[in-house]
Amino acid sequence: MKRLLRVLFFSTIVRLVVLIIIGLRVIEQSPLPRSGPAIICANHNSHLDTMVLMTLFPLRLLAKLRPVAAAEYFLPNPILAWFVIHIVGVIPLHRHKLTTEHPLAKCSEALERGEILILYPEGSRGEPESIASFHSGIAHLAKRHPEVPIYPVFIYGLGKVLPKGEKVLVPFFCDVVISPPVFWSGHKQSFMDLLQLKMQELSRQINITELPDKY
Amino acid sequence: MLWNLPASNVLWALAAIFSLLGVASLVVFLIPAYRQVELQKRLISWWWIVAVFALVLITIHPIALFLCGFLSFLAFKEYVSLIPTRRADRRVLFWAYLAIIIQYYLISLHWYSMFLIFVPVYVFLFLPMRMVIAGETEGFLKAIGTIHWGLMLTVFSLGHLAYLLLLPSQGNPIAGSAGLTLYLVFLTAINDIAQYIWGKSIGRHPVTPKVSPNKTWEGLLGGMATTTVLAMAIAPWLTPFNWIHSLAIGLIISYAGFVGDVTISALKRDLGVKDSGNSIPGHGGILDRIDSLTYTAPLFFHFTVYFYFKGITI
Repeated sequence: MKRLLRVLFFSTIVRLVVLIIIGLRVIEQSPLPRSGPAIICANHNSHLDTMVLMTLFPLRLLAKLRPVAAAEYFLPNPILAWFVIHIVGVIPLHRHKLTTEHPLAKCSEALERGEILILYPEGSRGEPESIASFHSGIAHLAKRHPEVPIYPVFIYGLGKVLPKGEKVLVPFFCDVVISPPVFWSGHKQSFMDLLQLKMQELSRQINITELPDKY
Repeated sequence: MLWNLPASNVLWALAAIFSLLGVASLVVFLIPAYRQVELQKRLISWWWIVAVFALVLITIHPIALFLCGFLSFLAFKEYVSLIPTRRADRRVLFWAYLAIIIQYYLISLHWYSMFLIFVPVYVFLFLPMRMVIAGETEGFLKAIGTIHWGLMLTVFSLGHLAYLLLLPSQGNPIAGSAGLTLYLVFLTAINDIAQYIWGKSIGRHPVTPKVSPNKTWEGLLGGMATTTVLAMAIAPWLTPFNWIHSLAIGLIISYAGFVGDVTISALKRDLGVKDSGNSIPGHGGILDRIDSLTYTAPLFFHFTVYFYFKGITI
């Protein structure tokens, strides 16, 4: 039942909004993975990032897609929590809770099950359309799973469509640039640098049109 | 239920256009010298464009108007994605998008005077007010100027195409509003192609070297001659125009089409982009395709209404 709702939600509402209201321009330097395990590593500017990334995959992979999101945003609200966990398929990340379990243990398990993680290494949605420095959780995962391909993906425009703190959706065409996968480099700092560098390369592929706040 | 079949002349003309596409497809897919991927992509897109346009001509008005409104929406969306915007402009753009729906609703009501003044008067006065309420004064003039220009081009100008479809058949007994619409769109498109081909084959002297070095006097004049001859040849089957009027409208469409084209080129050059988007394979973006129409549609509409719809309620 939940799976059916999930497929219905993504194949109708999400696809309609993403393809008609928003409109995507996808530059595929490399195709997205067609099977797991894999990690999608994207910049984060809007709630819509997850929805857009998920529509880039065929529906048959929907059950395998697991976005990772901070638990404190949605767990306090039971309806939202049900929706986010069961319909969107999110793995909640307890960032500040002290438990015996490693905060990324659930992500590791998902990769072992052959699932595709969607990670936002910037943490929370940053200032619109800028890349904040990355948290190193992704390095930890990459080190534990050195065989898993990591696809840097740069998204531009969704921070204009629905930025943090706004409720009204305003249509803009959005760009998605997908890089060929990278792998664990053997060293945390060099791996994080590699990811940052890839993201900057991807961002240069598109025409940035949002003016800084003090213009 | 869904169909609103136009006069037989229009159907014959559509059949002729499809055959033309068929011949062009044979050439581009079978003859080795012309078998270029870029040309093939462009042609496949033409099939889609003509198919959707044919739908606009043969479906009932609510569907046809919806399709036209959707074109305005896509064009405006492409435009605002292209221009620099500030965070504060989102609230203003929200209302600008709403104006598209209202404009097409006014058209569907056949409310002619309101259709004419809604964007240039009411939206023109409202959007700056909304922007003032948002409170960001830095970049105010540029923001309000660019947003309103985009609405004029993609909603007000293109809206004339939709209103043309609603004109009563008394003004054009021979082929009705669909005949006029087909005549305008066909000539605008053929003019783009003719200017391109003339320019490619014998073009030497650029008209606007700074804006668009590929646009030459040879292309412009050759295209204008071709389009005007065609305009005069087709007029008796699709329009009420006498030969003087069809000569005049041929010149107007071919020259205005050129101006619309270079206007969007100037916009793209200013922003440093090559194409306005990539929604239409082989053509670029939506604005790249409809640039000429934003100029030809209102001019053709008012020319026709002035000379042939006097005393007729439109």
